[in-house]
Amino acid sequence: MQELRDRVKELLADGTVDRVLGWKAGDLPYNPEAAYFETVESLDEFVYNGFCGANLSKMMIEASKLEGKTLVCLKPCDTYSFNQLITEHRVDREKAYILGVGCKGKLDMEKVRALGIKGVEQVQGAEADGDAEHLTFQTIYGEKNCSYSAAMLERCHVCKGKEHRIYDELIGESKETKDAERFTEVEKIEAMSPEEKFAYFQKELSKCIRCNACRNACPACSCRKCVFDSTKFDSAQKANVDSFEERMFHIIRAFHVAGRCTDCGECSRVCPQGIPLHLFNRKFIKDIDTFYGEYQAGSEADMRGPLVSYTFDDIEPGQTAERG
Amino acid sequence: MQKIGVFVCHCGTNIAGTVDVKKVVEMAAKEPGVVHAEDYQYMCSEAGQSKIIAAIQEKGLTGVVVCSCSPRMHEATFRKAAEKAGLNPYMVEIANIREHCSWIHKDMQEATEKAVILARAAIAKVNLNAPLKAGESRVTKRALVIGGGIAGIQSALDIADAGYEVDIVEKTPSIGGRMSQLDKTFPTLDCSACILTPKMVEAAAHEKIHIYTFSEVEKVSGFVGDFTVDIRKKARSVDMDKCTGCGVCSEKCPSKKNPSEFNRGLGNRSAIYIPFAQAIPNVPVIDREQCIKFKTGKCGACSKVCQAGAIDYEQQDEIVTQKYGAIVVATGFDMIKLDKYDEYAYSQSKDVITSLELERLMNAAGPTGGHLERLSDGRAPKNIVFVQCVGSRCADERGKSYCSKICCMYTAKHAMLIRDKYPDTNVTVFYIDVRTPGKNFDEFYRRAVEDYGVNYVKGQVGKVLPQPDGSLLVQASDLLDNRQIKMEADLVVLAAAIEPNPDVRRIATMLTASIDTNNFLTEAHAKLRPVESPTAGIFLSGVCQGPKDIPETVAQAGAAAVKAIGLLAKDKLLTNPCTAQSDELLCNGCSQCANVCPYGAISYEEKLVNDHGIRETRRVAVVNNALCQGCGACTVTCPSGAMDLQGFSNRQIISEVDAICR
Repeated sequence: MQELRDRVKELLADGTVDRVLGWKAGDLPYNPEAAYFETVESLDEFVYNGFCGANLSKMMIEASKLEGKTLVCLKPCDTYSFNQLITEHRVDREKAYILGVGCKGKLDMEKVRALGIKGVEQVQGAEADGDAEHLTFQTIYGEKNCSYSAAMLERCHVCKGKEHRIYDELIGESKETKDAERFTEVEKIEAMSPEEKFAYFQKELSKCIRCNACRNACPACSCRKCVFDSTKFDSAQKANVDSFEERMFHIIRAFHVAGRCTDCGECSRVCPQGIPLHLFNRKFIKDIDTFYGEYQAGSEADMRGPLVSYTFDDIEPGQTAERG
Repeated sequence: MQKIGVFVCHCGTNIAGTVDVKKVVEMAAKEPGVVHAEDYQYMCSEAGQSKIIAAIQEKGLTGVVVCSCSPRMHEATFRKAAEKAGLNPYMVEIANIREHCSWIHKDMQEATEKAVILARAAIAKVNLNAPLKAGESRVTKRALVIGGGIAGIQSALDIADAGYEVDIVEKTPSIGGRMSQLDKTFPTLDCSACILTPKMVEAAAHEKIHIYTFSEVEKVSGFVGDFTVDIRKKARSVDMDKCTGCGVCSEKCPSKKNPSEFNRGLGNRSAIYIPFAQAIPNVPVIDREQCIKFKTGKCGACSKVCQAGAIDYEQQDEIVTQKYGAIVVATGFDMIKLDKYDEYAYSQSKDVITSLELERLMNAAGPTGGHLERLSDGRAPKNIVFVQCVGSRCADERGKSYCSKICCMYTAKHAMLIRDKYPDTNVTVFYIDVRTPGKNFDEFYRRAVEDYGVNYVKGQVGKVLPQPDGSLLVQASDLLDNRQIKMEADLVVLAAAIEPNPDVRRIATMLTASIDTNNFLTEAHAKLRPVESPTAGIFLSGVCQGPKDIPETVAQAGAAAVKAIGLLAKDKLLTNPCTAQSDELLCNGCSQCANVCPYGAISYEEKLVNDHGIRETRRVAVVNNALCQGCGACTVTCPSGAMDLQGFSNRQIISEVDAICR
């Protein structure tokens, strides 16, 4: 991390960039938060470790409106979102200095808690540049251990790869962390009967408290004015109806990001209720792959996705309808 | 709050036979905003329309719902009536309780319930309707005809005779189409070329007609009255202006063994060729796939012998962009491929041919000089079997479900011509039905049977087996005598089904003209608008719309021309006011709408906006209302709901859905 911090300081000091978008330590050892740094001194607070899961791409929408260049630290999977935002004219490539940072998988505190490790005061092994296979936690109940992999976010187990799709400069090593198939969970749900599916989603979605964290973190949910907040539509009023979250909100959101979602997994990462929201998006991705050939949103900038282009080979609506 | 009048039509018994119209009136009257509700036997009649006009004037209605047939039938009628009464025509909505309800239900209770729901949805929509005003657009006084067969030629001639410029775009090197490949035509047996060639010459000589042969339509944008079309003139490798059509190049071309498309592959042509003697233009084209110069870089024989210096190996494809007010589609047909019909041994034996191949074999300009002979050994066939309905009226997916319509008549013609020219030949025709509705058609068929001794057998051929001695064993059933037949034949002629030219899918997509499951272009109305596509400004000529013979094709070509002339004669058109609009405060500038817009109606501009006090320059979508056709693709793509369609706003549609689900 020292090398990264030094380089960031250098770029800010020599005027290459006017500010830095990265992470600073939070109030606990495992909750660093996204932060802007505008002076070299303030960068002493800059951190980068295994808990820096946040995808900073979306924050570049606002940063693009500021004077001068913003240095943004992007992990390999974040660069897909950035490309998608370029495609949609939401960020200004010229206003960004992309520092591709290495990633060996990001950690999920919920997974750690699920392993029975609670009351954490200190963590060792979560450094971005170490190659520790294990995490050691100092807790109020004593020292606890778990493997790095067991504490990784779901999205890292189905990692899209360690390659940065867009960058100005790279720092740090990345590691391939994929050890599971991306669509396994989707296939399990597909195999359910309609009644089972309904029950499953009702069970999951009824946990929703409509905190909007998923929407606010999602790089594809970047509308100036969300339809759920707009008085122009009746959906704002419908939000008051009891079953709205269960039946509508997440489904509509999934439709709105279909074909644009890069599967960055932020929705599920930030959900305080632990709803596997990424599964909706992944079902759409799977269907798009099936019907139009494999497509990864954001793998290049300015790509035209299958849902916003017409070709003579497009599947006939009847075929999709038959499939259900 | 709107003051809405609801008018429920009986449509005789069409609606009232299945829907309790009184109940619909009673229920509709309870809906919010409804101040008047009544029913009448025929709402579209003069008397029915007067009821609507009277109610608007007496009760000061601000909105009207007519529960009747499809809006495609009478929406315009009722809008005009409302306008007469001083109401904005776009304040009228139709609840389709006929096609969507009475015609598809048997149970009165169910149908009535559904009719009430449909009425409720339309009322909910009218509650949110706003008056709209149609704009105007100009009409380019020029027509495009796609396809240079008899249909295209006839349409072009008729439009040009009315005084408008016409361009014909033909894919192959010459105009003439299928008709130019035919030998004789039924039911008069006059020579096809003799009646077609004068038409071709007339078209070529007409000062208002411009012919692009060896060319294809590449891109179409715009809309009725104002289409912009890119035409790709494929490189002919011959300078059209210099060439005198002497034909020496073809004679001297050393690459001679290329199957002739015009002769259906039965004869050969050189690599530089004029497809047939009467071709227009009489200018050859180099088949670059077969040309030795293009394949190896050596040769150049044609260039050496060409006195006019017309050969141009460097010639490139050229794109011509032209504006048109109307487009006539005349893309014609081809025979289906018979590779899946192994039982007829078409791929196995040279002596099993299609009817179109027979036309070439019997034609004096054909590969055998008009002498009917077996392609395998050159012998004159003594026993000829015709098989009808090969792939037509077919239950399985190898063929087509429809009747190809022309086969019964041309087979009678073939049989008669063969019996006339070679009286010692036995001709047997296997048929399912003989269909000869048409002027002098049945008489023609009966002549084949009664005067020419053609043996007609009702029954299908099950198998054609090539024998070691070169003959063909035909196994068939005779359904009238209820017996199995085995007979020997020297030549078997298959009446293969016809299908629309495969290119039509690509062309229909460019034109946004709808096609049916068989790839025939769909009419705007099967009975009342048979030569118009549902897409305004697109007209249908010939077999692209459905199987038909030459007289029908010519009649339809003329009808399509008249419709096109009717359009071109107008100076201005009223445009549809139901177009999309972008709310610049909601627009993200993401370009998804522009990507899905099939009409290129959406562009983006950097615009200074004032968003509740925040002034900033934003990239926002702007809709060109002249180009927008109101399809709504942008509104469903827009994630923030910035795009909305006037007359079909998101709120209106959601309120309809809410009314249905209530």
